[in-house]
Amino acid sequence: MNALLNRALGERNGAIGLAVLAVIILLIMPLALDIFRLNLVGKYLTYAFAAVGLVMVWGYGGILSLGQGVFFGFGGYCMAMFLKLEASDLTSTAHQTTPGIPDFMDWNQVTQLPMIWQPFHSFAFTVFAIIAVPLLISYVISAAMFKRRVGGVYFSIITQAIAAILTILVVGQQGLTGGINGITDLKTLNGWNINTDSAKYLLYFINGALLLGVIMVCNLVLSSKLGRLLLALRDKEDRVRFSGYDVANFKIFTFCMGAVISAIGGAMFTLQVGFMSPSIIGIVPSIEMVIFAAIGGRMSLVGAVYGTLIVNYGKTAFSESFPSLWLLFMGAMFIGVVMVFPNGLAGLYQSHLNDRVTRLLNRIKKVKSSDQLKVVKAES
Amino acid sequence: MSRQTHQPSAVHPARQEALQHPRKGIVAALAGALILGLTGTAFGASGIAVTDKEVTVGQLHSSTGTMAISETGAIEAEQLAISQINAMGGVLGRKIKVIQEDGASDWPTFAEKMKKLLESDHVAAIFGCWTSASRKAVLPVLERDNGLLYYPTFYEGLEQSKNVVYTGQEATQQVFAGLDWVAKTKHAKTFYLIGSDYIWPRTTMKLARKYIETVLHGTVVGEEYAALGSTEFGSTINKIRLKKPDVIYAAVVGGSNVSWFKQLKAAGITGKSQTLLTLSVTEDEAKGIGGENLLGFYSAMKYFQSLNTPRNKEFVSQFKAKWGPTAPIGDVTQAAYEGPWLWKAAVEKAGSFETDKVVKAEESGTITFDAPEGMVYLEPNHHLKTRLRIGEWRADGQADIVYTSDYIDPNPFPKGY
Repeated sequence: MNALLNRALGERNGAIGLAVLAVIILLIMPLALDIFRLNLVGKYLTYAFAAVGLVMVWGYGGILSLGQGVFFGFGGYCMAMFLKLEASDLTSTAHQTTPGIPDFMDWNQVTQLPMIWQPFHSFAFTVFAIIAVPLLISYVISAAMFKRRVGGVYFSIITQAIAAILTILVVGQQGLTGGINGITDLKTLNGWNINTDSAKYLLYFINGALLLGVIMVCNLVLSSKLGRLLLALRDKEDRVRFSGYDVANFKIFTFCMGAVISAIGGAMFTLQVGFMSPSIIGIVPSIEMVIFAAIGGRMSLVGAVYGTLIVNYGKTAFSESFPSLWLLFMGAMFIGVVMVFPNGLAGLYQSHLNDRVTRLLNRIKKVKSSDQLKVVKAES
Repeated sequence: MSRQTHQPSAVHPARQEALQHPRKGIVAALAGALILGLTGTAFGASGIAVTDKEVTVGQLHSSTGTMAISETGAIEAEQLAISQINAMGGVLGRKIKVIQEDGASDWPTFAEKMKKLLESDHVAAIFGCWTSASRKAVLPVLERDNGLLYYPTFYEGLEQSKNVVYTGQEATQQVFAGLDWVAKTKHAKTFYLIGSDYIWPRTTMKLARKYIETVLHGTVVGEEYAALGSTEFGSTINKIRLKKPDVIYAAVVGGSNVSWFKQLKAAGITGKSQTLLTLSVTEDEAKGIGGENLLGFYSAMKYFQSLNTPRNKEFVSQFKAKWGPTAPIGDVTQAAYEGPWLWKAAVEKAGSFETDKVVKAEESGTITFDAPEGMVYLEPNHHLKTRLRIGEWRADGQADIVYTSDYIDPNPFPKGY
């Protein structure tokens, strides 16, 4: 049990990183920021799920997915459908041609709730769907590709195409999905108003805890035999195959895992932001998610979270100060980061700080053990 | 009052990152340094950023991204109105200070910035949004924080929030009078409806079809929706050739508009032989489409830059003096110009900047403004009573106004449609 926990925390160095992150997310941020800024950080942290998923898929699995927004979207839309149904009760939709269905359906001349929406009356089903739908889709996509040994750039392009196709589908089927406007005006979750300040605080902490939990699960996977296989696979796929492993299954596993992680983030996004729209599932947000992981360091789960926070923070700060020039600053920042530290923030930490931190820790340990030694001597 | 008081954070987030990770924090610290200057606005007892000398308002449009080209006119018009109001002494003796935010053509960003304007900057009013999607995204935030939004675009209706004043036309104002005109002057009986596939064209066409069939006793020979951003209209044009409708009734938006009109011209369908009435071409779009591709087609709008009144000529020259001689002034630009003025009138009637009092003044039915388009009347349902005009496009990208309707009452929730 202890060994398992130790692995989930990522051994000693990993545990320190995780602890620092936990303190920042769960303690410093809530104390230092007002609820508006904290809610913003909460939104950024939902993107961090996608970035963490990408560290698994891209950093360790070696599969560059340019379609993580798709899975983020599945999670988000499942949650939004549930919330929208709850917001569309008979009294608040009484002025519609067909009361009791979501407002955008009424505008699109839909007269009864479509089949696919029916099960989303149940919260239990919704939670199940948030995991199961992206799992199923990602399994189909990755099995179709990897079993046929399609990989590398081709896979990236296909994931990107899927992001584009899905956006077009969602925008086109507006009677079913709310089209380009998305699913808006979400109010309560099982009667609990998600727009109050106290709800926002609670959602922030749930979100933060989930993110830390996801990182721990990823640590578990990476420290297992499976994790070592993934690394081997990324670096020399053929050798792993010739050693008798079915390479495709491992790749499918990572891809599905990344998809589910992304979807959890999507569901939390809907809860914290209060709506879901196709602008978050397309090509551009999908690529942004890759940028978050790249800036944080694609081999570091914790780094991905910092990468997401810093890029999004920069986005908000630049655009507040320079409404028409901020994109140039963002561009300059990306170029700068890639030129100065190609391995991202985590790479920077590894090359400059890691040794010092380790030495410091060793010294503390030595001091402690020599203290103990003294105590033992004194007693004898 | 649902807005909370502003609590300056003990440690600035960027600094905090920098403290935790001295080397990682360079970028964040830089970002932080840039925004540190933004804090420190004084708030009155009402929770709104107003001092004895100054009142702060927000402006929330897309200055980057795909919508920037459309929203720039609105940004400029609102700033022109605000600078004119300030030159006249401001509102209730306070100069207006503007905080401009970029929605970046991205709906979650719009919601984020709206929240920032209301909860961090405590602005008294916001002039902004262009697409329905961005308005829908900010609406929950706006209602929760009890803010005021002046929304300039003609849109589908089906909405009436106490926190929004809609200075553009809703669908019934734009559709019915235009159809009446085309049926009467062109003796039109058959109509072909085409729009981009989203809520505004869908709603508009729903109204149009019903009106054509029940009131005009005409027939709709085709109804089609092109995906947003679509640039291929070949099959639609072939169907139009086959059906030979008296009128093509169009609501194609954005970049699709350019392909749509160019392909029509290439197929030999021009203003000489075919009546086409569009709801989505203003002077802004005309510039992109090219006047030669529009020649002889008609637009239904409440305002055209060519409007020949002394009030409009004055406005056009003021706008050009501030923003350069080449900037076209479209319907939405003019509607955006009305926003700050209507807000000023409502605040002065209320004698206060407080949202609830201003809303009460807005709903009193007595707020009017002598706009470039003529007098406009703010009705208790938060929409404007205006006229509709039909413009015939010239090769230079301007339109000759061939018809002006009587005043039309706004009716965002039409019965029986």
